[in-house]
Amino acid sequence: MTVAAKAGTPLDERSKYLRSLIIDGLGAGRGHVGSPLSLVEIVRVLYDEVLNVRPSEPAWPGRDRFILSKGHGCLALYAVLADRGFFSKEELKRHCKSGALLGGHVDAHIPGIEASTGSLGHGLPIGVGSAIAARLKGRSSRVFVVLGDGELGEGSVWEAALAASKHKLDQLTAIVDYNKLQSYGRVDEVLPLEPMADKWRAFGFAVREVDGHDVAALRDTFAALPFAAGKPNAVIAHTLKGRGIGFAELNPEWHHKSSLKPETIDELRRALEQD
Amino acid sequence: MRQSALNAVYELAKRDPRVLFIGSDLGAGVLDKMKAEMPDRFFMEGVSEAAIVGMSAGLAMDGFIPYFNTIATFITRRCFEQVAVDLCLHDLPVRLLASGGGAVYAPLGPTHMALEDIAIMRALPNMTVVCPADAPEMTRAIDATLEWPHPVYVRFGKGGDPVVSSAANGFALGKAITMRRGRDLAIVSTGVMTARCLGAAQELAEAGVDASVVHVHTVKPLDERAICEAASMCGLVVTVEEHSRIGGLGSAVADMLAETGIRTPQLRLAFPDAFIGTYGSQDSVLEAAGLQPPQIAQSIRETLQRNKGSFTLSRL
Repeated sequence: MTVAAKAGTPLDERSKYLRSLIIDGLGAGRGHVGSPLSLVEIVRVLYDEVLNVRPSEPAWPGRDRFILSKGHGCLALYAVLADRGFFSKEELKRHCKSGALLGGHVDAHIPGIEASTGSLGHGLPIGVGSAIAARLKGRSSRVFVVLGDGELGEGSVWEAALAASKHKLDQLTAIVDYNKLQSYGRVDEVLPLEPMADKWRAFGFAVREVDGHDVAALRDTFAALPFAAGKPNAVIAHTLKGRGIGFAELNPEWHHKSSLKPETIDELRRALEQD
Repeated sequence: MRQSALNAVYELAKRDPRVLFIGSDLGAGVLDKMKAEMPDRFFMEGVSEAAIVGMSAGLAMDGFIPYFNTIATFITRRCFEQVAVDLCLHDLPVRLLASGGGAVYAPLGPTHMALEDIAIMRALPNMTVVCPADAPEMTRAIDATLEWPHPVYVRFGKGGDPVVSSAANGFALGKAITMRRGRDLAIVSTGVMTARCLGAAQELAEAGVDASVVHVHTVKPLDERAICEAASMCGLVVTVEEHSRIGGLGSAVADMLAETGIRTPQLRLAFPDAFIGTYGSQDSVLEAAGLQPPQIAQSIRETLQRNKGSFTLSRL
């Protein structure tokens, strides 16, 4: 089954609001642009409706674990965590600045962040350890790991996939933000990944595909977890890189920007309003 | 030494439920008793070292103390980023048990010889680097890691190494042990080289040169006080290690002496900056590098002769 993200589907007010927080973060002058915009709905649905977490007690032992393995998508997670009260929204405006709480990749010193990532291929192995730890402690908490599609070029992802399957970690869910673009260009030109779903199946995962911008579909998908008893789960979320900013969508030049001028930030806000 | 280390892990696991053992693809039968008695805490995860380090991090984040054993070069070369990011950046109590430190795997060639592992590991913030001298000290070292709140790299010798350590000296991570006291020069060594240095010191004594031997089982954090004390009271510091001359114990001591302003000259005995282009045994490779006791003693004698008059030795 191939589920294509619908470029023309309007975003609802909450999705637009979270993207406006991302633009607040970019307003500090730099950051990854396309990468967080493709995963807003994934983290939104997880934090609004799926994860058992306590913003006032981020280290609560019984919490579900969420690991953003594509750490460069951090602004989407920062936006959701700030909105849920893990830290002040004002922190977004100092993103990447000297002395700021929030940097250009997620870091475990930030309230609500489980693991520091940035270099790729680290999140799923850590997630495997977290899931085994929960089992050893008799906890029912679950582990969710969001991976980028370009990230799947890292061998450690597939090493961890073998381990997840061996240990029958059905409380572990790998979510692929499949936006089809990596830094240089199209994934299917740089290092093709298809057949994506079959790869995860071959590694022993129970797999579902979903439109990664369809809030209701994501909700239904996560509600069906675990997809099969004794198997780790893979959600292939078909997304659009840059979703919500028309001129940035599917444009690899908007993967990352290191010098965003105030007028460009204004353009981003106007484009978001027009979505 | 490896057997002592794994037995020590088993004993720790019996008394502390946080202790886990993880192997990559180790030899058949390893820790069978632990596997039988504590199957939930024994893992053999295959040839996937990078993911194992990450998995260990995930377990440690939840309060477990994983002891991960594989070959030294697979930990240090292959998994460097996982060790740096997953373990050191998060400052997690994962223990990396490195089989075949130094030239142990000389017959197996350069892919397996770990002659730059100390340099790689000591470059990482939060990492502790331990190189016990012999099997009994290995047991004491593993015991000491239980409550150490940081990642630890433990370098294994070949096994059957001569026992020179003593329980009477105790064992504390980061605290060097003076094995022999002498007035003329101080030999500072780590791992299985300490036994060879004691042999060299004996030879020197017979020639009238009085050498201290300071055993630095913990290369990081370095016991600066013990080394400074030894260096400031003699005419020559000799560092001896089964490691490249770049980045190991000799470098750590040189860095430290330079900063403290102690002007005692240093002779560094180590492997050259080169891959070893031969096979043979650990002993034959050490000999080729001038690191057996008679050669260590000879290098020291030559240095003393060469610098006669410029060193302040008590007896020359």
